[in-house]
Amino acid sequence: MAIVSRGFHGRPRAGGDRLPPGQYLVDDFPVLSAGPTPRVPTDRWEFVIDTESGQTHRWSWQDLMALPSQTPTVDIHCVTRWSKLDTTWEGVSLDVLFEDVETAADYALVHSYGGYTTNLPLEELLDGKAWIAHRFDGEELAPVHGGPARLLVPHLYLWKSAKWVRGIRLLNEDWPGFWETAGYHNFGDPWLEQRYEDD
Amino acid sequence: MTRPPRRPTWRAARLTGVRPETGSARTLRFEVPGWPGHLAGQHVDVRVTAEDGYSAQRSYSLAAPADGDAIELTVEAVPDGEVSPYLTEVIEAGDEVEIRGPVGGWFVWRPESTAPVLLVGGGAGIVPLMAMIRARRLAGSRVPFRLLYSLRDPGSRYYADELRRPDPGLDVAYLYSRSTPEGWPRLAGRIMLDDLAEGGWPADFEPDCYVCGPTGFVERAADLLLALGHAPGRVRTERFGPTGG
Repeated sequence: MAIVSRGFHGRPRAGGDRLPPGQYLVDDFPVLSAGPTPRVPTDRWEFVIDTESGQTHRWSWQDLMALPSQTPTVDIHCVTRWSKLDTTWEGVSLDVLFEDVETAADYALVHSYGGYTTNLPLEELLDGKAWIAHRFDGEELAPVHGGPARLLVPHLYLWKSAKWVRGIRLLNEDWPGFWETAGYHNFGDPWLEQRYEDD
Repeated sequence: MTRPPRRPTWRAARLTGVRPETGSARTLRFEVPGWPGHLAGQHVDVRVTAEDGYSAQRSYSLAAPADGDAIELTVEAVPDGEVSPYLTEVIEAGDEVEIRGPVGGWFVWRPESTAPVLLVGGGAGIVPLMAMIRARRLAGSRVPFRLLYSLRDPGSRYYADELRRPDPGLDVAYLYSRSTPEGWPRLAGRIMLDDLAEGGWPADFEPDCYVCGPTGFVERAADLLLALGHAPGRVRTERFGPTGG
């Protein structure tokens, strides 16, 4: 039984069944990152997938732009408790990027310009669940939100959607990333409220 | 990296004292039986529950080292917020909330650290930095600290009396963005390269830099620190958007 805080009434409840437990709705787009914002010019940008057998697949910015893109509209949930509904993105599905990648790996370690890392099972990136997003709300993705391109995995807490994404290493064993080694949950399902280690 | 305790649990927390900081912010002291201790810079989750069972949670920075089971948070009322108006205007000594933590293992200062420290705070971003200043004092650390505290006007200063008192090895500089006290040598304005060049440490001293404040402020200050040659890995940031509450 939770402790009642005398005199607290709360707001009219918004969000309904689209709001995971412990989250609240925002209309703006807060920013959270652990260090300075990297600035990556697109003429020097590249995205790589390294497989567990040592194969490297590489895309330049032009390569990425030449691939078919999708425009997902998704709800996003940050572990710091804000959620934003119906955000509109444009990006390339990971299914497209993985088309010619031969792998039997179970795990992905995503890495970013600036050194950030985050891990997730490879299957969470496939089957229409993840994108390399380069536009938000009809505009080029701003550096502060991860531009020129970020991973977008909206069914997990937003720290998994690595900003300034640079590549994915495929691994046979799980390798915890930056926040995952700093006490945050290894998987991060907002609907199960997997915020911290062992939640 | 120190790992926070596994599975932080919700603990009952009773408000035992309140200190006003400004017209819209106050420091809340809670007694939290079983509090496991924390590092300066960490934050907590606060859960408040209404009589009908509805509850809301927010994160707040710890403002001071733990004093046994007592912890302090400084909370600014966010206009149209849901939880912060309750914490700044309604809650009274004896009332209870739930708290869990500590949370966050990156934006922290450890008393055994020997690198010089630059703290750059914007507005309410001073709170975790003040926890570092207090932790340094409590530990008797002789590591030199410099604080650059950017704020709108003299009336929005948190911890004014405490920061006025001499604290050997701590230099404090105020950067007013809108209006200054009478005769203040620096014109009102946002943080500039010169502020960080003069009030900070040279990059080759390899200081640990902690930058906290609203997103625009943190972006600007962190970019300026990189322009001055500080290594990105030594610039730790904590941001809060206009959203909160």
